[in-house]
Amino acid sequence: MTSVASAPENPLPLGRPQHRRTLAGRLIGWLRANLFASIPSSIISLLLIAVLGKALISLVQWGYVNAIWIVSGDQTGPCRALRGIGACWAVIPEKYRFILFGTYPFNEQWRPALATLTFIALFYFSTRPSFWGRKLVLLWIGALALIGVLMWGGIFDLTYVSQDRWGGLPVTLILATFGLAFGFPLGILVALGRRSKLPAIRSLCVLYVELIRGVPLISLLFMASVMFPLFMPDGVNIDKLLRAQIAFVLYAGAYLAEVIRGGLQAVPRGQYDAADALGLSYWKKNGLIILPQAIRHVIPPLVNTFIAFFKDTSLVLIIGIFDLLTTAKTSIIDPAWQSFSVEVYIFVSLIYFAFCFAMSRYSRHLEAQARPS
Amino acid sequence: MTISTPRSPRRALWRFLQDRRRLNGLLWQLLVVGIVIAGVGWLWSNALHNLSVRRISTGFAFLGREAGMPIADSWIAYSPKDAYARAFLAGIVNTLRVAVIGIVLATVLGTLIGIARLSSNWLLSRLAAVYVEVLRDVPLLLQLLFWYVLMQGLPAARTAWKPVDGVFLSNRGLVLPSVPIEGANLWVIGAATLGLIASYFLRRRLIAQQMADGRTRPLWPYALLLVVGLPALLSWTLGASWTVTFPELRGFNFVGGLTLAPEYFALLIALVTYTSAFIAEIVRSGIQAVHVGQWDAAKALGLRRSFMLRHIVLPQALRVIIPPMTSQYLNLTKNSSLAVAVGYQDIVSIANTTLNQTGQAIEAIALIMLVFLTISLGISLFMNWYNARIALVER
Repeated sequence: MTSVASAPENPLPLGRPQHRRTLAGRLIGWLRANLFASIPSSIISLLLIAVLGKALISLVQWGYVNAIWIVSGDQTGPCRALRGIGACWAVIPEKYRFILFGTYPFNEQWRPALATLTFIALFYFSTRPSFWGRKLVLLWIGALALIGVLMWGGIFDLTYVSQDRWGGLPVTLILATFGLAFGFPLGILVALGRRSKLPAIRSLCVLYVELIRGVPLISLLFMASVMFPLFMPDGVNIDKLLRAQIAFVLYAGAYLAEVIRGGLQAVPRGQYDAADALGLSYWKKNGLIILPQAIRHVIPPLVNTFIAFFKDTSLVLIIGIFDLLTTAKTSIIDPAWQSFSVEVYIFVSLIYFAFCFAMSRYSRHLEAQARPS
Repeated sequence: MTISTPRSPRRALWRFLQDRRRLNGLLWQLLVVGIVIAGVGWLWSNALHNLSVRRISTGFAFLGREAGMPIADSWIAYSPKDAYARAFLAGIVNTLRVAVIGIVLATVLGTLIGIARLSSNWLLSRLAAVYVEVLRDVPLLLQLLFWYVLMQGLPAARTAWKPVDGVFLSNRGLVLPSVPIEGANLWVIGAATLGLIASYFLRRRLIAQQMADGRTRPLWPYALLLVVGLPALLSWTLGASWTVTFPELRGFNFVGGLTLAPEYFALLIALVTYTSAFIAEIVRSGIQAVHVGQWDAAKALGLRRSFMLRHIVLPQALRVIIPPMTSQYLNLTKNSSLAVAVGYQDIVSIANTTLNQTGQAIEAIALIMLVFLTISLGISLFMNWYNARIALVER
């Protein structure tokens, strides 16, 4: 590669003439400093410009110039004629209701839409440090209850909608959010258990964490979908979504426990001693003194775990639960639209990207804040 | 804490009962362990009951029965008439094949992108940043489906793309020229591998000698002899043939050469590109973690840039890089289980089919877990060994 060695910190070479004042002059100066600083760098720049230019042109031609934006009904003939030459974005207006909300009753789809907005509002307020603390716990309980009412209905003149009709984005958000809401307390308990002085509890926690982290998530989901019913007594039939949700809670608990344990290790010894000196009980010591500091230490890695977890919910596709990815994949089974999966996948990617990108930006913002200036 | 000096057993017991902390601890442990044992016991008795109701026999006896499932893409000889055990073995080989090659490629690609991210060339570093951001923020399964759809959209075998002579890319996958890997050739490859290992130990000895007397000794003549010379001699004496077979289009498919099935190829691309984005970030932060003073000092000594990277910067960066890299390798291996979504028959896919055919859910999932725990443990042990080797030697 070009020149890692020359300037790891400061990409602007010093000593360039700084006297160019005109716009063109400054532009040339910038180009010389950033793209054509040396001969190898110039070669790479030219090569990249050529390749990128070609790729961008064909992408714009496929995605915009030759694309078809709307067709009437299922008349996808013109779209199919243009396959490989132009995109068929008409599939999105045709299918977006199904992709976003699955088989939820069509006239009631404002409810999952509102539930999705509630989720987004909940995430937004969770990022405000002024809410951290007891207020946040109350907020989460209230929001999750509201979402439950919206999705199930059955009260306040809302017709009841059973879980097997749920689908799309709300299911993805439910799996991720409830997984975190229950996995987080579990993770805290396991992290404390793993650092406990009691050997039986410690080994149980180690066993749990290592077992879950050592196997792929899919095997846990298989376990939830095919093994779990075997372990239940006769007559107890737990819904598939709930079974997957339990698997996600166990999975999130193990990964969050490891992150929180890292935070616990970063709390200085003196804090423990001080809490002991005050005569606080084990739970008071951890709840009031140690954990608040420990969790603050690990907020950026926690957010990264949330991102990974959010993406991982897409794996329920394999056990046939209708999350966002499954509805997307199902929406193109329709023969008329069969050959436009690329367009649909791009649309869904954008949704996932928006959520994950927002979270990763937030994590970076936190990291920048934490770093001493 | 009081230090107890037990004079008699009875007194010790009394003291122990008085020490509320230890008593509490014991009670807590008994409580938690009791709950866990009771819970597991309850689940287990339910399972035994349900299995007997459904007439499913427990145990691994089914492994000896005929599998009857076809495996399209296997590296070991397998036919549907073989036993389930053989099918599982083929699945394990398939998992390892995608995981090992994936780890190597992802490391190479990720390192290149991580270095590109630090380049002083604005375009290159921006491009690397966009690559990392886009790939990290879209679920792997979605990327895998995307690659698979693209793979299926490729032209048919007749009109396959030929980027280079002898290489064909079509909806049948990627077909490459190959050399036979069997018989005498296998011995030669084994000899070259042994030579490589021997040269590694030789290098350590030479460095130790250099440390002792300060004289530099060249390694390359020995290495050349061990890695190239002796295997070549062996190849000549055994009469191994190294003719490259080029794939040829016959009818609707290719004959000869090495074929990477579209499922395998899509899975490999998805795993490699996705993991490389994470590795790139690890490599970047590792290099940035090396203090600027180290660069300056190396420059002040007038070292060449390549020497500086190899002997000053990378050894220090590696210490930061290796532990998170290990967890990426583990992730890649576990993520290879997504193969089931595109129909590549890895261990998870085979276990899933077995489960559907025989109803042996507990055994099949236990086997998946066992295989992955073993692979994870293997990777962890290797990386820990490597980490210990490159760790800072403090004097």
